[in-house]
Amino acid sequence: MAPSLRIVPEKCTGCMQCELACSWVQTGAFQPSRSLIRVHIFDEEASYAPYTCLQCDEAWCLTACPVNAIRIDAATGAKVVLDERCIGCHLCTIACPFGTVFTLPHSGKAAKCNLCGGQPACAVACPTAAIEYVVAAPGEWFHGWAERVDAGYRQARAGRQP
Amino acid sequence: MGGWNGKLLRVDLASGRLGVEPIPRTWQEQFLGGRGLAARYLYEELDPTVDPLSPDNKLIFAAGPLTGTPVPCGARYMVVTKGALTGAITTSNSGGHWGPQLKFAGYDLVIVEGRAPRPSYLFIDDEHVELRDARAWWGCGVSRTEDGLRGELGLPDLRVASIGPAGERRVRFACIMNDKHRAAGRSGVGAVMGSKHLKAIAVRGTGGVGVADPSAFHQAVWAMRAAMQDHPGRLSFATLGTAATMDLTQAFGALPTRNFQQGQFEQYEQLNGNAIRDTRLVANKACFACTIACGRVTRLGEAADKFLVTMHPRNWRMAGEGPEYEVAWALGADTGVGDLDAVLKANWLCNDLGMDPISMGATLAAAMELYERGSLPADQVELPLRFGSPEALVRMVEATAYREGFGDQLAEGSRRLSERFGHPELFMGSKSQEFPAYDPRGFQGMGIAYATCNRGACHLRAWTPACESRGAMHPHATEGKSRWVAHEQNRTTAHDNTGVCLFVGGAGGPLELLVPCTAAATGHPYTLDELIRVGERTWNLERLWNLKAGFTRADDTLPPRLLKEPHAAGPSAGVTVDLETMLPQYYRERHWDEQGVPSREKLQELGLASL
Repeated sequence: MAPSLRIVPEKCTGCMQCELACSWVQTGAFQPSRSLIRVHIFDEEASYAPYTCLQCDEAWCLTACPVNAIRIDAATGAKVVLDERCIGCHLCTIACPFGTVFTLPHSGKAAKCNLCGGQPACAVACPTAAIEYVVAAPGEWFHGWAERVDAGYRQARAGRQP
Repeated sequence: MGGWNGKLLRVDLASGRLGVEPIPRTWQEQFLGGRGLAARYLYEELDPTVDPLSPDNKLIFAAGPLTGTPVPCGARYMVVTKGALTGAITTSNSGGHWGPQLKFAGYDLVIVEGRAPRPSYLFIDDEHVELRDARAWWGCGVSRTEDGLRGELGLPDLRVASIGPAGERRVRFACIMNDKHRAAGRSGVGAVMGSKHLKAIAVRGTGGVGVADPSAFHQAVWAMRAAMQDHPGRLSFATLGTAATMDLTQAFGALPTRNFQQGQFEQYEQLNGNAIRDTRLVANKACFACTIACGRVTRLGEAADKFLVTMHPRNWRMAGEGPEYEVAWALGADTGVGDLDAVLKANWLCNDLGMDPISMGATLAAAMELYERGSLPADQVELPLRFGSPEALVRMVEATAYREGFGDQLAEGSRRLSERFGHPELFMGSKSQEFPAYDPRGFQGMGIAYATCNRGACHLRAWTPACESRGAMHPHATEGKSRWVAHEQNRTTAHDNTGVCLFVGGAGGPLELLVPCTAAATGHPYTLDELIRVGERTWNLERLWNLKAGFTRADDTLPPRLLKEPHAAGPSAGVTVDLETMLPQYYRERHWDEQGVPSREKLQELGLASL
């Protein structure tokens, strides 16, 4: 199984080192607005949530692209945008259920996480191991979180019914 | 050009004129950025004798060359102005995300002048800069203002530095707050902002900060991160926060208690790092690029309904931040209050109302001593100001921010308060600024550090417990202290000028490791000596400005309590501060004359001869 980015929000302190590192890879400057990983801060909940492309097995961005500009990197399994083929139609950004495909400000083309070819800069930069690039079963972290959230919703919905 | 943007934004609030100017490269090399560069502009442009709350004062926000880079804790900006509390040049530092955002928007400095005809706020969106009507937000707390501006402008990524009701009412020790819980805290920079009718500066930056030599830069950053990672100082900051310091000061009899009447607080274990971690901590929080994460996110839990306040609505069940060591001391030990929940609530109130909790707690402590001595008539206050009263603490914080009742007196700070009630000797501070949380009778070196600090009493310019608590120097001796303090002031000033948090120094990342980061980022071949020289140049420039503002040798002093009244018991018993010995030594160490005026030769050497 290929390694993937394991993100554990509970370990994140909101320091943005991942955004700095990612943006450096993208632009050669420290420019968080161009980072392809984003940290969302929920102050009152004391919660910081880094998120980026999950490299879905069934990648809707790839399916949606009308010009086959998104390909699978054979080595890492990452879904990679081929800049020279992208026509900037935005269909992939709409298709992505997680909002992790971005549009570049000047060219209008798509940009998304490509796992840095197998050495993700965000994971290297994270000081608290909230982001790790490891071999892990997909259900190990994200599914667990989704199940907890779902359970919460189910409970809330049940509570509202007469 | 790396690190620096080389541009400043000038804002004239009176005319509404906005302009962008280049920053002279020589000034940037000489002063590096942040505090130093802003002091250079202040020296050039501001008459030091102006009333700090008049439209003539200028308010400068300044980032450093490493602000917004991944150098550990490269998050800081400085607010430099003539302080409302002190009348001296003031340099208040804050972290969070606002400073980096200013850099990403393309500016190193913002210089604010004049007074707006109506409450206004400044909106910076890269090159788009706009003064906007803030009447809807005037009167709001910091938290509501930040969320409100994000909503008004439809920009969730906006970073906001703002004042609360305290700054609007020109409370002499009002802060400028950013990211809700981070403060440019001391000397009343928020009162200056309030006097300008400027509610907030909201910034969004989409640009980037480059570096001159990327490979050397990354190497330097990783060397620094590696040195810090397992350092005991970093681990202590991360697990216990700054409040771990309370155990140290207590052990040395240097934890000022009840307006410096005692040097130890019997309830310190209810306020220290362990107490906060075990009872109220929810999570650690980092500022931008910080690999320490000393920030304490806390919850009140079942105590949310205790000590209710009347004027300032807040959902007390939501998480907040704090207390830091300084706050746990000022609102706790110094007022004799050992109830962590009351301290926490008072801390959150200070954050949201925009007030410096050090000066707040210390001023209340002076008022409590006046009250207990009978010098403060009971009919002046709405409730008994007894040491140890959590009710008085929480209520007076709110009353001070709104200048309601006796709060109007507290809002003037403890120097003015104790003079007004006939006991100027009960003011515990220097240059009108209240002392922070170290009793110089326990750490002798803090005496000379407080007396000589350009912005009034401060612990962040030369933290002598670093050498006095670890055996390098005896804590009660005077020998070597003046020299150490002068040198350390230069080092911390250089450090401040880079835009990196001072705490990296105590967490395994000293100035030595910042030198290659600074050189590689800016492309200027800084050495350690040259960086320290930048600090010394800045320190002397601030001193020159203060002298022109009317400060003299007589202001480099401490209250009689520290000079003449030793503690009766505890580890620091029998010690007084021997300033008479240390001050002349300090002047000699700095090559200043016996009146504390920098010598011609020194100024020549520092490239300041023309000033």
